[in-house]
Amino acid sequence: MTTSTTGWAVEAEGLVKAFGDTRAVDGVDLHVPTGSVYGVLGPNGAGKTTTISMLATLLRPDAGSARVFGHDVVREPQIVRQLVGLTGQYASLDEALSGVENLVLFSRLQGCSRAGARRKAAELLEEFGLADAAKKPVTQYSGGMRRRLDLAASLIAQPPLMFLDEPTTGLDPRTRARMWQTIRRLVATGSTVLLTTQYLDEADQLADRIAVIDHGRVVAEGTNEELKASVGESSLHLRLVDADDLDDASVALERVLGARPAVSPEAGRLTAPIQNADRVTDLLVTLRESGIRVAEMSVSKPTLDEVFLTVTGHGVEPDQMDDVDAEASAALEGSRA
Amino acid sequence: MTTATVTPALIIPGAERSLKNSVGLGQTLSNSFAMAWRGLLKIKRTPEQLFDVTFQPILLTVMFTYIFGGAIAGTPEDYLPFIVPGILVQTVIMTSVVTGVQLREDMTKGVFDRFRSFPIARVAPLAGALLADTVRYAIASLVTFATALVMGYRPDGGLAGVLLASVLVIVSAWSLSWIFAFFGVIARSAGAVQGISLMILFPLTFLSNAFVPASTMPDWLAWFVSVNPVSHLVTATRELTTTGASGVEVWVALAASAAVVAVFAPLTVRAYMRKA
Ligand SMILES: Nc1ncnc2c1ncn2[C@@H]1O[C@H](COP(=O)(O)OP(=O)(O)OP(=O)(O)O)[C@@H](O)[C@H]1O
Ligand SMILES: [Mg+2]
Repeated sequence: MTTSTTGWAVEAEGLVKAFGDTRAVDGVDLHVPTGSVYGVLGPNGAGKTTTISMLATLLRPDAGSARVFGHDVVREPQIVRQLVGLTGQYASLDEALSGVENLVLFSRLQGCSRAGARRKAAELLEEFGLADAAKKPVTQYSGGMRRRLDLAASLIAQPPLMFLDEPTTGLDPRTRARMWQTIRRLVATGSTVLLTTQYLDEADQLADRIAVIDHGRVVAEGTNEELKASVGESSLHLRLVDADDLDDASVALERVLGARPAVSPEAGRLTAPIQNADRVTDLLVTLRESGIRVAEMSVSKPTLDEVFLTVTGHGVEPDQMDDVDAEASAALEGSRA
Repeated sequence: MTTATVTPALIIPGAERSLKNSVGLGQTLSNSFAMAWRGLLKIKRTPEQLFDVTFQPILLTVMFTYIFGGAIAGTPEDYLPFIVPGILVQTVIMTSVVTGVQLREDMTKGVFDRFRSFPIARVAPLAGALLADTVRYAIASLVTFATALVMGYRPDGGLAGVLLASVLVIVSAWSLSWIFAFFGVIARSAGAVQGISLMILFPLTFLSNAFVPASTMPDWLAWFVSVNPVSHLVTATRELTTTGASGVEVWVALAASAAVVAVFAPLTVRAYMRKA
């Protein structure tokens, strides 16, 4: 089967960008199908914004290549700019101007006539519920209003590909739901959306496919279901009475269930994927025998949070984890002997 | 029935658009004018930033005339035809420094990320800012002449001479602003731009014939004053305001301006593109 160039909105291979010694993006591969919502997840500093900046031609990649609808971002930047709309992580609006002036300016820059620009601005302000604040300077806008105006500004040219960098960060639940609606409608009108987010339920709800980025690399990729399946059918949550038992409990869990649990020391919590609910009985017996007291226990279907924590090494460096485990395991063996 | 719908029409698929990777002259001009409109709006929004082109010229005109007038020309009134062109040149050129400083501040703002993500001419944000600032130069010229008129200045060149002189000074300041825009693009802070620019401008404006005739200066200084382009601009402005006619000095001033633009416009644009 040959993939025609029309199939992909974004094709990126081995993208690299370093800032001094920091390899912000360290070999990212992305393939975004046209007409889909593609979610990019990752902890702070993973390289999401840097990746988007390269795809939107704001930054030049140090290595690798990327194409937008088949156009190379380095060789044909001006074409790529005509195909993408970017809503950055921080609102890129002119603070000194009013909402309507911002939109008129951006429309004029994209080739609208004077009257056309006014009409477009009024339309978008109406659509995004900003008509009342149209004449106010942006400095007087709330965070949510700025976010909406920023998105409106990216939609002026009706680009077939939208990059949304954390579009709902800092929005209240109602405004977030409206933003989701807007994104769904965008896709319904034929646009492709690539969004980054910190909210896993957002990716779960909106995205057709998800890539998890960590330390500048894609560490997991697939549909929501594929990703969830990869971390086990369901998961077990344990809260211990005594947080000092966490290491012992984690070793016991790994031995009985055959998968390494995610540990959150502050809460005294353990989370582990389970393939077979029967094993929970074995685990509880083992814990009782080791004298580890359980305060709370629950079993749930996997969420993207689990995927995230599992594939990004629970926020703890993987090699550090190994050390902790090795020690704990030695200690447990010792106590057994 | 055709009702206006708020839902956008179907978006044309990316693969079906035929696009060019270059920007033509027409688009460059239209983008620059759109950016100039932004500059004008900003001036309108923050009128307090016009302080340097309103009160400063009044202050300078009044101060210099009464301080130096008696000593240099006998009476302040007789000094006016000599000093007014000098103050005009100095004020307007000083204003062009502000262009560079503001550009530096502006470029750190988030909205420049949006400009960079747009398919516009890369030079437009720069050209637009410089274009909008000619309004500031015009205000400075107007205020200077108005203050002088109130003080009893009656130029022999008449209205036409005054208008021509203003245009000449505005064109020269616009040309010079490319130098300060260059510093604006390469410097890291607005303070640095201001520092470097004033260091260049102070000697250029004071070591000229703007305030006193060069004939009273020591030879080496008189030589510098005679080659200083600012002196040529001041002389040309004096010719226009006192006779209403353009002499050779006008052409020297224009040639110097053209030379500055020819050198600094490409430099600035290149530095800006590298950053943007
Ligand atoms: N202009 C820059 N100069 C130097 N380092 C940078 C720059 N931009 C990003 N970095 C570094 O690159 C890494 C990736 O940053 P990036 O902004 O892409 O992360 P992110 O995934 O968007 O994070 P967040 O979720 O916090 O927005 C970080 O370590 C950051 O410090
Ligand atoms: Mg980011």
